[in-house]
Amino acid sequence: MLIRKAPDLTYADITPRSVYLDRRKFLRAMGLVGATAAAGKGLFDLAWPPETALAATQFSGLIKSPFSTTEKQNTLNDVSHYNNFYEFGSEKSDPAKNAQNFKTSPWTVSVEGEVKTARKFTVDEILKLAPLEERIYRHRCVERWSIVVPWIGFSLSVLLKLVEPTPKARYVAFQTFYDPRQMPEAKYGGIDFPYVEGLRLDEAMNPLALLCVGMYGETLPPQDGAPVRMVIPWKYGYKSIKSMVKIRFQEKEPPTTWNRYSSSEYGFYSNVNPNVDHPRWSQAKERRLGEIFTRNTVIFNGYGDQVASMYNGMDLKKFH
Amino acid sequence: MRAILVSKWTKVAIFIFCLMPFGDLVWRIIKSDLGANPVEYLQHATGDWTIRFLVFTLSITPFRKLLRLPDLIRFRRMLGLFAFFYVSLHFLTYLGPDQSFDLSAMWKDVAKRPFITVGFAAFVLLIPLAITSTTGWIRRLGGKRWQLLHRSIYVAAVCGVIHYYWLVKSDVRKPLFYGALVGILLLWRLGNWFFKKGSAVAAKLSAQRAPANSSQ
Ligand code: HEM
Repeated sequence: MLIRKAPDLTYADITPRSVYLDRRKFLRAMGLVGATAAAGKGLFDLAWPPETALAATQFSGLIKSPFSTTEKQNTLNDVSHYNNFYEFGSEKSDPAKNAQNFKTSPWTVSVEGEVKTARKFTVDEILKLAPLEERIYRHRCVERWSIVVPWIGFSLSVLLKLVEPTPKARYVAFQTFYDPRQMPEAKYGGIDFPYVEGLRLDEAMNPLALLCVGMYGETLPPQDGAPVRMVIPWKYGYKSIKSMVKIRFQEKEPPTTWNRYSSSEYGFYSNVNPNVDHPRWSQAKERRLGEIFTRNTVIFNGYGDQVASMYNGMDLKKFH
Repeated sequence: MRAILVSKWTKVAIFIFCLMPFGDLVWRIIKSDLGANPVEYLQHATGDWTIRFLVFTLSITPFRKLLRLPDLIRFRRMLGLFAFFYVSLHFLTYLGPDQSFDLSAMWKDVAKRPFITVGFAAFVLLIPLAITSTTGWIRRLGGKRWQLLHRSIYVAAVCGVIHYYWLVKSDVRKPLFYGALVGILLLWRLGNWFFKKGSAVAAKLSAQRAPANSSQ
């Protein structure tokens, strides 16, 4: 389907939206390196609120994906100001405020466990693995709201195949970055950190499972999981781990954060399913952000054609 | 101080203060400034103001006694009615956008979701209190019976806190905060009741009835 040569694209090649705001590149361009740069950066940090340095950079030449929905998209403003990212606070408006100084570069993702070639990937290396696609997915939160987002990335399977899982690999565990100093709000969240998630290997290899590096044509805002996250559109939102630092192949089913918090409420699979209620509320309906009334929730969030066969013969109530 | 408390203008000022959260919501609706999920914004804001006004209402009696300002009683009915006003709006955000005004769906949901059940119970408990809040009803019921009936605000407040505690996902700081406030206000009454009982016995011993207190 999308077999094209990966473009020689690096993080630095992406056209900056506002070069004048990007102090790191500004310094580099001025040739202020080494000690001068360090001193200058310190001064700049004092004089210039660092959030101005986090302006998103634009991607170009994105490939349209056949998986995209034509439904009306939510706005970037909504999707970046209504977030569940408990490391930065438990209110929906907290991450947009508290994640602005989140340091997302340099960044590496460590791929390890039951693989032939365990290794670390920088974000630049990830960007070179495959051509970037825009995929417009529905995203359904366990809290009964949903959004439509044009994500950017490629199938996680590209990366997974590259490291050659061993026959023992049956599950893939993911981990979010955690630093209590950068995330002082996390301790009030009530859940354990670092945030961990997991998929069965076949789920992780499903082409819909997106390794995501951007949205709305740009790099991800920190509150949406910069610089690299997962998007698994047929599962509740919390399965789509943000700001990912580790991918681990293993034989056993990995623990997952919300399941550890309350296993009756949040199962390992967490497939979107209107017929299996959360113990405290019905999952039959959802509210698309921007709408007043609710709409019916669709099994597997409408992605049944691509994913239902993975769960043939499984009791979806038991394995919720 | 007393002159300020009994002034008609103080009452008017407090009335306006109590309406300000509502005004803010109306203003935000007009400006479409309710964030990404307007219904949730309204639902949460009205829920928050309900629990706050219940706490304000329950604070009047302790403050009257502790600060020796009996005239504070002049505001209690108003605060209680504002709690009812906000819970009614809160209920409407549920009945309308969440349940699409479908009463049979609503009953099913009320029966099935414990957090809705206790919230609904709190709401239902507050209805007779709002109806019988007038001086006419106090007279009709008689002070003692009226007082007994209006003690159900204690149950409503506790139900409100449980409702809040059950609906949050994992960060329980706010429900615990309101739980602590309601707990203190109720424990204070319990302590007061024991204390009064003790002094009533003492008063009986000296063959003198303790004067009945009109507040709870
Ligand atoms: C005295 C009665 C009540 C009090 C004190 C109360 C209080 C609250 C509070 C504080 C919140 C959370 C606000 C926030 O997160 O900022 C809330 C949410 C909510 N309440 Fe109530 N409430 C009451 C009655 C009711 C009733 C009667 C219903 C419906 C039958 C109801 C339905 C809801 C719903 C659906 C939510 C939102 C839950 C969610 O976001 O998942 N409440 N309420």
